[in-house]
Amino acid sequence: MAGYILKRLISAIPVLLGISIIVFVIMALIPGDPATAILGSYATPENVERLNRDLGLDKGMVQRYFIWLGNMLTGDFGRSFALNRPVIDEVLERFNATLVLAGTSFILCSLVGVAAGVVSASRQYGLADKAITFVVLLGISIPSFFLGMMMILIFAVNLRMFPVSGMWPIYGDRDLAALISHLTLPALALAVVATGVIARLARSAMLEVLRQDFIRTARAKGVHERSVIWRHALRAAMVSIIPVLGIQAGFVLSGAVYIEIVFQWPGVGRMLVDAILKRDILLVQGGVVFVAACYVMFNIAVDVAQTLLDPRIRS
Amino acid sequence: MRAFFALLARNRLALVGLIVMGCVMILALITPILPLADPDVTDTSQRFQRPFTEGALLGTDHLGRDLLSRLLWGTRLSLAVGIAAAVIAATLGAAIGIVAGFYGGRTDNVIMRGVDMLMAFPYILLALAIVAALGPGLMNALIAVAAVNIPFFARNIRGVTVGIANKEFVDAARLSGMGDLRIILTEILPNVIPVIVIAMSTTVGWMILETAGLSFLGLGSQPPKADLGSMLGEARSALITNPHTSVVPGVMILIIVMAVNLLGDGVREALDPRLRSGALTRPMAATLVRRKGPVPEASDDALLALRGLETQFHVKSRIYRAVGGVDLQVRPGECLGLIGESGSGKSVTALSIMGLVASPPGVITGGAVHYKGRDLIGARYEDLRRLRGNEIAYIFQDPLATLHPLYSVGDQLAEAITCHHNVSKAEARARAVNLLKSVRIPNAEDRANSYPHELSGGMRQRVGIAMALANDPEVIIADEPTTALDVTVQAQILSLLDDLRRERGLAIVFITHDFGVVAQLCDRVAVMYAGRIVEEGPTDAILNAPAHPYAARLMACVPELGEGRRELAAIPGLPPAVNDLPDGCAFAPRCDKAQPACRTGEIALARSSDVRRVRCIDPEPIPEEAAG
Ligand code: SF4
Repeated sequence: MAGYILKRLISAIPVLLGISIIVFVIMALIPGDPATAILGSYATPENVERLNRDLGLDKGMVQRYFIWLGNMLTGDFGRSFALNRPVIDEVLERFNATLVLAGTSFILCSLVGVAAGVVSASRQYGLADKAITFVVLLGISIPSFFLGMMMILIFAVNLRMFPVSGMWPIYGDRDLAALISHLTLPALALAVVATGVIARLARSAMLEVLRQDFIRTARAKGVHERSVIWRHALRAAMVSIIPVLGIQAGFVLSGAVYIEIVFQWPGVGRMLVDAILKRDILLVQGGVVFVAACYVMFNIAVDVAQTLLDPRIRS
Repeated sequence: MRAFFALLARNRLALVGLIVMGCVMILALITPILPLADPDVTDTSQRFQRPFTEGALLGTDHLGRDLLSRLLWGTRLSLAVGIAAAVIAATLGAAIGIVAGFYGGRTDNVIMRGVDMLMAFPYILLALAIVAALGPGLMNALIAVAAVNIPFFARNIRGVTVGIANKEFVDAARLSGMGDLRIILTEILPNVIPVIVIAMSTTVGWMILETAGLSFLGLGSQPPKADLGSMLGEARSALITNPHTSVVPGVMILIIVMAVNLLGDGVREALDPRLRSGALTRPMAATLVRRKGPVPEASDDALLALRGLETQFHVKSRIYRAVGGVDLQVRPGECLGLIGESGSGKSVTALSIMGLVASPPGVITGGAVHYKGRDLIGARYEDLRRLRGNEIAYIFQDPLATLHPLYSVGDQLAEAITCHHNVSKAEARARAVNLLKSVRIPNAEDRANSYPHELSGGMRQRVGIAMALANDPEVIIADEPTTALDVTVQAQILSLLDDLRRERGLAIVFITHDFGVVAQLCDRVAVMYAGRIVEEGPTDAILNAPAHPYAARLMACVPELGEGRRELAAIPGLPPAVNDLPDGCAFAPRCDKAQPACRTGEIALARSSDVRRVRCIDPEPIPEEAAG
């Protein structure tokens, strides 16, 4: 097992390098002199010269890439001139907030999505199935940013059940209760689309499995139908559900950008949008590479979970 | 293509999607000629008019601009940008995919590696990075959205191209000296275009949503021009005071995306043959029972007695009479063989007993199964479940498919015990190991931790038998348990079953198409044809002197009775399709002795001696010594 994890980690290296190259190439598309573009209104001659030296901007592309890569490997993602602090500090801080939001959403959409799919499949064509199918269709069609705005309108403004925005109260304790009340609406809004997608897939994965011979065997043994569905069928269906959970994690992470804007959540997505509007190039670059790398790592974790679940791959 | 649209039309939801999408498209197209206010003219004295006010059907926004007009112009822009992005992504993606698929080898490898890496990004990060480099703006948002969708197209199209590039007509074109470009344009592209169109139809909704999203973030269309996303983005600051300015564009996006999704689902359903045939239906916990006519009474002392059992498969409007009125009984300690060609209904008969026929499409439409005098057909689910595995157990063919692949065999055996007996986990586990020992599995303790894929076929079948024995049942129904095994293992399994029967006084219903197995194990045998018993009686008597022409023909196909491996060999003609059974004797079309009387009316299963029954108006004569 440890060997397998190691192998997967090693196989991630080329992907991570690829990601850094892609981001580097995209950033090279910036028209005009890079130092001026990066510095924007901070482009004093001294700053330009310092940046040229730090990033090797006066050197060739290939050399510049390796300087940048080397810096990143030592944890130096450059400096945000707009915020006047190291990029990595800002990214880490913001990423924490995003993790809280996206992580909660991901857990939510996995649990609810799988459960809805299982119920839907086990009552195929029944009332519950039809209701779930309809809600799912609505869920995957509604833009999350619109849904978030409507949730604010209904639950925060009209019903006053939750705060309108932010991660913490402006005054008052930063305790768990405060976090939960701030987190509920954005986490729900973010989870809806992924829940729908997962529910759909879980439903068809379950239908696929329920037709298998080993399900008939379980029934012939006298296993209770509840157990047939939730133990025998779900366990087998998870094999095809888990990779989709991995993909949906990427969508949740992506969708967090919108939700963070709508709910003014201090996450990495909002940071990126702000940075783009302020043309804070190094912050964008560092943020994108960092989040993409985390996502690659997460996918490895998903793969490992997959092998743990399936003895056929394990051996 | 016509058939495809017909299929699409039959899916009502998809049709709704199509109509809604069509209306939105038409509205967007005719927007310039509609009598609308100028969408960009501001009039701050008229700001935030509510919907349905004079002169502004949907109200006005924070700058007093007419919302209806802005909505339609915005829809036009959003659709245009989304569709443009889809076309660009499809074109470039297809080009990359075709090159990778057509040339293969190194080119393919390098390109697909790149594609994989692009796909490793959470897609919006990539779009954000591109917009960051190019700067905010609708054109740049379009480029970004198109770019992040290219890998999806490239991968799909590559797959299709690889399939086509190896076909003969491409080779032929190459041999005839055609250039690569010409081959791609004339041979490959026409075959790939449908796939491109389908991929586009399922992703265009996403792309509309994604460009709207970027505009919402302020990175797409810039004021005063507005698409739906930026309308929503601008309205956000007035969300609380004037929600209608947000609701109007938001609902429009919802409508568009929902219509596209409905349409996309319809397209996929029309194209995926599995979804179409309804094969993705789930069998219920017990077979559906819809009995017509009177339920036969329990009659004799048999442990298990089938009376006029009828099981059908209802597929769309067709009805397959898989089991058409079967009578059988087994007494304690007896082994009954049920023999017939595949498709004769023997397995369905066996599965009907415990309501294990997959349903839908299976329906039990008549008859009764009496176990100890109680009718199992139509019994409550919980009653049936308590008997399953506990009193009547099954052994299935092909244990690789019938054992759960992800649980160890020990766990699966233990579960068979715990679902009927309230015992501790450790106790159940210990019993499971004992069961494995009782079916002569060496190293039972270790083997209990094995997964089915780690065992040999013979071992797996022993596990299957052990599972059937777990609760000391009264009846075992074995459905071709040795078919997948080689001859020596088969012999071992049979002698194991025979021992168990003698030791435990089990009644066995043994389903097979192998006369040798019947001869070795069974006391009595019933021959099935087209869903009905055609002959029944003591094994020796029937094997020596079959009375029914079908049974006789089966025997005749067996080279040497009593030796070696004999299976039902081919008889000229095919068994009748059970959705189209002829009147009278089902065997008549293949029977040498068929006469007009055979083809009219019902032929009863009549006594041919004290212990034998046959369903034929002109059976073979039975010699005295084979009367049973
Ligand atoms: S009933 Fe007639 S057709 Fe049928 S098996 Fe007997 S002789 Fe042949």
